[in-house]
Amino acid sequence: MKHLLSTENLAATDAIRILDTAEEMSAVGDREVKKLPALRGRTVVNLFFEDSTRTRISFEAAAKRLSADVINFAAKGSSVSKGESLKDTAQTLAAMGADAVVIRHWASGAPHRLAATDWIDAAVINAGDGTHEHPTQALLDAFTMRRHWSRLSGVASTGADLKGMRVAIAGDVLHSRVARSNVWLLKTLGAEVTLVAPPTLLPIGVEHWPCKVSYNLDETLAGGIDAMMMLRVQGERMNASFFPSTREYSRRWGFDDARLRALDELGMKETIIMHPGPMNRGLEISSAAADSPRSTVLAQVRNGVSVRMAALYLLLSGDSREAAPINTATPAFASPSSKESN
Amino acid sequence: MTEVTSAHVPSRVVLNQADIDRALTRIAHEILEANKGSQDLVLLGIPSRGYPLAVRLANKIAAADPTVNAGAIVGQLDVTMFRDDLSHQPTRPPHHTRLPLSGIDNKVVVLIDDVLYSGRTIRAALDALVDLGRPRIVRLAVLVDRGHRELPIRADHVGKNLPTSSVEKVRVHLEETDSIDGRPINEVVIEAGK
Repeated sequence: MKHLLSTENLAATDAIRILDTAEEMSAVGDREVKKLPALRGRTVVNLFFEDSTRTRISFEAAAKRLSADVINFAAKGSSVSKGESLKDTAQTLAAMGADAVVIRHWASGAPHRLAATDWIDAAVINAGDGTHEHPTQALLDAFTMRRHWSRLSGVASTGADLKGMRVAIAGDVLHSRVARSNVWLLKTLGAEVTLVAPPTLLPIGVEHWPCKVSYNLDETLAGGIDAMMMLRVQGERMNASFFPSTREYSRRWGFDDARLRALDELGMKETIIMHPGPMNRGLEISSAAADSPRSTVLAQVRNGVSVRMAALYLLLSGDSREAAPINTATPAFASPSSKESN
Repeated sequence: MTEVTSAHVPSRVVLNQADIDRALTRIAHEILEANKGSQDLVLLGIPSRGYPLAVRLANKIAAADPTVNAGAIVGQLDVTMFRDDLSHQPTRPPHHTRLPLSGIDNKVVVLIDDVLYSGRTIRAALDALVDLGRPRIVRLAVLVDRGHRELPIRADHVGKNLPTSSVEKVRVHLEETDSIDGRPINEVVIEAGK
């Protein structure tokens, strides 16, 4: 694995490896010294062509906990606003010696372009491209679900998948890269996914996705679910009217107080409520739901750092890249002993 | 569980199950002797095969000193993230680090590994320890010392000194981590180099 661009092509073994590594990384947050020296001397560039707070600081925290140097590059106020192309920006970063580029771009496919060309020889991590994918968000969601799911079944989460878990994803699927990445990843991990949205907020071709589609949130809830993921209504991407009013949206597709009570009435004690943030309280999720013990919103933020540490570590630590000149012919270094140690 | 495939290269057994057991019994008593008792002892095994050895040693110490609760003095210390060869080796997935509840501050920590070779794993372990607390004393116990040190590190307790050539491989198989044809095995083997 050299890049992390999408979850659609992510093999189950790779996904579970990232989640298992994240499980070990999460222990670092509880320690006295919250830092590991694994990526010392490596440079991670956060290349953000689109506004983001939590994803950027999450990547920044992850890289810093692994001792990497972090350079933040926001398109606003940079040479990009003077008309610099992606190619020139990438080549500039390559000349500065970036080892990994975390890119968020408003154009779907920009990270793939960066990875497929020889503009820059760094690991590329997609931190959200247009309405396409947001793989680390899906991985942190899966990590949160896996912890919950394995706690319920009483098995260790390491190595486990999400077989049999029923997940509903509700809201603005049309504009949501989070939904896309989650559908592919959760399918790979064995969960059953149902998308719930008004027909106007479902993309063309959704019937070919590996999930069920529903227009009615209450029916889906009544059918029984283990995790309810609400998506943000992306006002900034809406250039047409997709629903008559926000009031109608929140009544039909928002997770309001009545639906929160319905979970108790339907006997779903262990169902969690997830949201990738930032939340529009009162629109797609009510304050009572967001602050209830079922809510995993803050756990998701915490797990985001662990998952991004795992991704950075797995992409940057191996020798698949050009290694520094070291005499690997020396048997002592090639570690020929009984195991991976000396 | 690692399934050990029968080697295609010539190999010889240098320690069998009884030899390993005797060596561990002696090390357990040496640890108690050096520490003048079991006070403040913490045994930290380095994955993957140092940890089962640490558990075995803790049980032997508990057998020799009934005041000791074996489970309360043993832990696991992962050194993956502290290695100096991370960028020259295939990516290694990290293992779990688990310390005894009493922590390691002001304790006598005995690091335990299966084979001592270049000394680089132990250097990484010392770095990892610094981030977890401040032990009073750190000692090192290994089942096999095969020489060829690259760093100024030596073991306090050694099960067996094995003179080896650097092209040979020393393999430690423990029933906790390895099996052959589904049967658990306990032995130390030297394989000839290519």
